[in-house]
Amino acid sequence: MFETLRIVFRKEVLDNFRDRRTLLSALLLGPLFGPVIFAFAINLSLKQSLSDASEALDLPVLGSEHAPNLVGYLRSHNINITQAPASYEDARDAVEAGVHDVVVVIEDAFGSDLLEGTPATVAVITDQANRQADRESRRAMQALNAYSQELASIRLSARGVSPMVMRPLNIDLIDVSTPSGRSAMLLGMLSYFFIFALLTGGMNLAIDATAGERERGSLEPLLCLPVRRDQLIYGKIAATCLFMAMSLFISLLSFYVTLKFIPLEKLGMTPNFGPAVVGTAFLLLLPFTLLGASLMTLVASFTKSYKEAQTWVSIVLIAPTLPILIVSLLMVRPSTILMLVPSLSQHLLLVGLIRNEPLDLLHVAVSVVGTLVAGAVLAWVCARLYRREGLLG
Amino acid sequence: MIRVSGLEKSFGDLKAVDGISFEAPDGRITGLLGPNGAGKSTTLRVLYTVLKPDKGSAHIDGADVVTESLEARRRIGTLPHGSGLYPHLTARENIAYYGRLYGIDPGELPEKVDRVIRQLDIAEFADRRTKGFSQGQRTKVALARALVHEPRNVILDEPSNGLDVMATRSLRDLIRQLKAQGKCVLFSSHVMQEVAALCDEIVIIAGGKVSLHDSPEGIRNATGCDDLEDAFVRAIDFVGGERR
Repeated sequence: MFETLRIVFRKEVLDNFRDRRTLLSALLLGPLFGPVIFAFAINLSLKQSLSDASEALDLPVLGSEHAPNLVGYLRSHNINITQAPASYEDARDAVEAGVHDVVVVIEDAFGSDLLEGTPATVAVITDQANRQADRESRRAMQALNAYSQELASIRLSARGVSPMVMRPLNIDLIDVSTPSGRSAMLLGMLSYFFIFALLTGGMNLAIDATAGERERGSLEPLLCLPVRRDQLIYGKIAATCLFMAMSLFISLLSFYVTLKFIPLEKLGMTPNFGPAVVGTAFLLLLPFTLLGASLMTLVASFTKSYKEAQTWVSIVLIAPTLPILIVSLLMVRPSTILMLVPSLSQHLLLVGLIRNEPLDLLHVAVSVVGTLVAGAVLAWVCARLYRREGLLG
Repeated sequence: MIRVSGLEKSFGDLKAVDGISFEAPDGRITGLLGPNGAGKSTTLRVLYTVLKPDKGSAHIDGADVVTESLEARRRIGTLPHGSGLYPHLTARENIAYYGRLYGIDPGELPEKVDRVIRQLDIAEFADRRTKGFSQGQRTKVALARALVHEPRNVILDEPSNGLDVMATRSLRDLIRQLKAQGKCVLFSSHVMQEVAALCDEIVIIAGGKVSLHDSPEGIRNATGCDDLEDAFVRAIDFVGGERR
């Protein structure tokens, strides 16, 4: 009885291995899309968060001659004082035009105000909509605040008051996230890349099973053969699953390699993504292939042409993100009920895995069985549809 | 042998086939002739079990196409309208795929594939991928694919569509060969000359009904026309053997 299934499976695999379009999307684009984007995003944020603190900040200061002490303080705090625009208006224009990110303006009355003990005004001109400028202005502000604090302490001391009066609270921020935990936030988006790669791998096969065969005119002769139609469709779904699994595997592998080249430790992360995790992640995601293949085949069978099928099936690519997105926003903890939701359960298990938490075997069992049952039901619906006359279009 | 009796099939409000009955015996070529939209393809699609009839029945060598559809399908070789091949497979692989699905023993398969390749004279391009084949080459491969299991009955839906003169000629030779092997050949066409050149029996269909069923000679006599094309035009006005 499974002879037909096996024959169809073999033919589909051979056929698609010869199809450059399928191979390109299944084994190259899908699996590499994630790592490339990921590496790009990480490198960008690494650059932004690591580079500045050690680097000297170039800060144009207008009216530096009015405050030699302040300028000296800034210099000693790794800030280079550079040539500023000639006037306050010019400084504003320069920041607005993006010539300077930050300009500090010291007013003429700065010295006399300090002497009289009235607040002396220092203006920090910046564009807060500009993220780069935001960080530089924060550094300038911090230095200025520190200088202000220091002056205040000196004034209090001069009047015989302990500077501690100014600090009723001592605020300590204690971050309990472990390095692996911090990685998990970032690596949480990995699960979607994997599911995306998995689905992309089978997309062309799923479309081909109905819309493609119909458009080519090969569906009708196929249905004339003395074989059970459900066996035909199951063979095709099985071949789709194989391509999805291959795509998933390559995707996991390419992430494994990519992560070796990204200096995540610099961000304080030690991702738990060794060969054992790659293997476990593959097994956890594998049941999703049946669901993905059946869902895509089902969607494609309602369409009239290959083009139309591509449009609708692309939507299926996005569908698994929804539960992941919602849960990421709500910060939900894994529970047995949530394990019944395909894509979400794989995501939660994967995040736990990367965090180096022990796998809850009940959760794994519910996820695997739940996803497989959903996939089997959809495959059965596909087989029912394949029996309809309307299939020929 | 193919037997059709009282076949009816509607698509929504459109009655495509309205009580068609005929017999196509073994060792003879039967042509289903009619204008476009007359119900030829629908009738053939019921015969190769892709469509289910609303009423009436059809049998292939005694096997009912509805209740014993697997058995019926096993007994026919089909060339549906616009048969497509798998472009990434070679002609030989296309034929072998169908051979396997027909349940041919894997040990006998290469030999049977070779035999149809010789029979259809396609050895020259048998090991090339079918992408880029001409319409003539494609039709031959599709036909080889339909004959690989040596069916007793052969159903061809407008087989000469899109073929040039040479390809049409070799197709006719092949159909005559099949007849000589004692097979039942049923094919549809809207081209009178083609049917006249080949058929032992002609079933003229118009408006979903059989208007005439006879030998070419008989049709000339019944319509009173020497020229078959005139006879065809006149026969379309006949329904059930009587003038409308």
